[in-house]
Amino acid sequence: MEQLTSDVAIIGGGIVGGSAALALRKMGYSVVLLERRWCGAEASGVNYGGVRRQGRSKDQLPLAQRSHQIWPRLKDLIGIDGEYVRSGHLKLARSEADLASLEAYAEMAAPFGLGLEILSGNRFRDRFPGLGNSAIGGSLCPEDGHANPRLVSAAFARAAARAGAEIRENTEVSSARQDGGRFQITATNLTVSSKFLLNCAGAWAGSFAAGFGEIVPMQRIHPNMLVTEPVARFMDVNIGVEGGGVYGRQVSRGNVVLGGGRGIAVGPDQTRPAYESTLRLMAQAVELFPQLRHAQVIRTWTGIEGDIPDHNPVIGFSRTTPNLLHAFGFCGAGFQTGPAVGEVLAELVRDGTTDIPIDAFDIGRFARSVARASVMG
Amino acid sequence: MSEIRPVIIGAGPAGIRAAETLVAAGLRPVVVDEAFRFGGQIYRQPPQALQRPGKALYGFEASKASAVHQTMEALLPQIDYRPNTLVWGTEGGSLNLLTAGQPDRLPYSHLILATGATDRVLPFPGWTLPGVYTLGGAQVSLKFQASVIGPRVAFIGTGPLLYLVAYQYLKAGADVAAVLDTAPFTGKLKALPKLLGHLGTFAKGLYYMGVLAARGVTIRFGVRPLQAAGTERVEALYWRDRRGRQQKVACDAIAWGLALRSETQLADLLGCRFEFDSLNRNWLPTSDGFGRSSLAGVYLAGDGAGIKGADAAELAGKRAALALLADLHYPVDQDEVLGLKHKLDSFAGFREGLEQSFPFPQDWAKDLPDDLILCRCEEITVGELRQAVHQDGVREINRLKALTRIGMGRCQGRICGTAAAECLARESGQTLAAVGRLRAQPPIKPIPFMGGQ
Repeated sequence: MEQLTSDVAIIGGGIVGGSAALALRKMGYSVVLLERRWCGAEASGVNYGGVRRQGRSKDQLPLAQRSHQIWPRLKDLIGIDGEYVRSGHLKLARSEADLASLEAYAEMAAPFGLGLEILSGNRFRDRFPGLGNSAIGGSLCPEDGHANPRLVSAAFARAAARAGAEIRENTEVSSARQDGGRFQITATNLTVSSKFLLNCAGAWAGSFAAGFGEIVPMQRIHPNMLVTEPVARFMDVNIGVEGGGVYGRQVSRGNVVLGGGRGIAVGPDQTRPAYESTLRLMAQAVELFPQLRHAQVIRTWTGIEGDIPDHNPVIGFSRTTPNLLHAFGFCGAGFQTGPAVGEVLAELVRDGTTDIPIDAFDIGRFARSVARASVMG
Repeated sequence: MSEIRPVIIGAGPAGIRAAETLVAAGLRPVVVDEAFRFGGQIYRQPPQALQRPGKALYGFEASKASAVHQTMEALLPQIDYRPNTLVWGTEGGSLNLLTAGQPDRLPYSHLILATGATDRVLPFPGWTLPGVYTLGGAQVSLKFQASVIGPRVAFIGTGPLLYLVAYQYLKAGADVAAVLDTAPFTGKLKALPKLLGHLGTFAKGLYYMGVLAARGVTIRFGVRPLQAAGTERVEALYWRDRRGRQQKVACDAIAWGLALRSETQLADLLGCRFEFDSLNRNWLPTSDGFGRSSLAGVYLAGDGAGIKGADAAELAGKRAALALLADLHYPVDQDEVLGLKHKLDSFAGFREGLEQSFPFPQDWAKDLPDDLILCRCEEITVGELRQAVHQDGVREINRLKALTRIGMGRCQGRICGTAAAECLARESGQTLAAVGRLRAQPPIKPIPFMGGQ
């Protein structure tokens, strides 16, 4: 069996693992990345493709802002622009109450510099004449946008490989433990010995964390998505709706990518879009975008995303095991923040700390809540 | 088991014979079919207004077509027939339907998949020019709409359809510019012993060839298409003869195809086990030899489970229905079951003979120009595939799709999947089996937002 040795081992070749591998290589660390399937083929590659900060919680905005600085540099960083466009992200309000909540968000987010613009009435209609009548206004984040996740996430791992990281695909980790100050990782046909271990295994990360005595209440969600045939360009902004339900973006070829509702699991790691969700999504989308009335849906899909009850990810050092770092459970925010998370992880490896506030993402928060629950019980 | 509600998907020869067998046992199956009228592809019926005599529509097969149609006609009061209905997905024991543009769901207890086949095509320079059709498409135009694809048509490719459709066009009054077989003539002679068991089929092929030759049609073997040429639409076909010389034939339409490929998406969405079949050069759902798929309650019949043609499809439809009945503990005549199996097994040798007569041009992917469009829905070229292989290290077909968009458009790989797999295998130096198969994703065919509203 092949034996590899490195400064850092990474489990998971999604956008987080891939960008961490790249950032670590740039700092000069040797890196082995183990991916059970193909890099960027799970949630990192099949997500909706929104690159937005608007709507993120206060806790996540510093991280999102840092990523926002990275996205326009993708071409230099990973060799492709990944179809990234700063199209703007428009969050729609369907009622006065929705509009009020968008205004409240804009006020909260103001210090972070998102540049949100609240639009309603004639100003809104004039600016977005193509939208159906169900929206009465919205909040525009002009510098948010969208990108192609299939391309971006895989390209991070390839860039890391070009930078000298050892990327092993179709290599599933069966065990990981710390022994004599080093991690010993056993995977398909190889073992890795490393000083640091990064658990970036997305929806599969929970079992690795549990192996080190850290239980995270993460569940799997399966966002339901579809794409239309190409239709004449009618929107340039990435669109969401306050309160959720439906989101959509039109790519340069004219296809409209839409998401909303949940798919279903049909096997341990197999998922399928759900009939009811797809039909509901189609009905809601056509209400929002009358241009789709005569369009056809050519493909539907879903994926496997880790979701945590407080809607924050786990990022940072383990509370049980020195030199173990976690970064998973992004609850739908992993694609936009992923490039920054990789850099943050690399800084944590190098410096033991980072300028980005990540306390809210501490894995210790679950141990505390478990302890509190047992005291109260 | 609650209510017994078998659903047959497809109303071609396999689906109709399956329905007949279930009805004879006292069941009332649902028969779902995408077409407006039953008959499938080979025995497709034109719209009522364009009805013509069976002999004109089906030639030698007129009596078989009429037998299949009459069987279905008689079954109609005893089945739940759903024409004009697309099965676009499946979930939790139900089929997702689109009937006349309206979505619906259909629960089933048992499924017989008789989903048939479509043309197997490979791109060649100019193949997206208006006027280039598949062989099957050219035949449908004639059979269904009583229209020809052009007044002067060149036929190129291989397979029994090549001669049949050219003959039908000749009979319809079209000018057959040439019949160009990518297979060598020698293969046909070598295949003779395997075809002897099915002399009728062989004789028909010779007859079509003979009629075409007698009418002065140019027939050539061992050719390769070079270019469909024209400004607005097809004006000529350039091809290479078996000695390697470039030839040109003036024409205003081209019918092109390399035999057929099975429609397996539904079996895939259901979760049936697949195996690579080297004869079909394709991944096919596995069967137990009696029409049972790897999934309990799901049965396979006809060309959707491997290409064997319409006669075999009728037998396979019956066989699948008998397996279903046996699984329900209905009395089934074992001799009949074994007889059917024996007959169908004998088609295997015939199928090998056909493959020898009309071999797939395995060298096709060798000399393709980089700028040739491989995936016409998404307009992705052979060069982009090569780049994905040689720069990004792509070795698997779904990965190819994710990184290049090949197979991601309207056809979802139903048209370009064959070419993508062949080209990927050659570029990555792997076998066709090793590059894997495109996973199906719903909808199997596009579905409209607003349905019929």
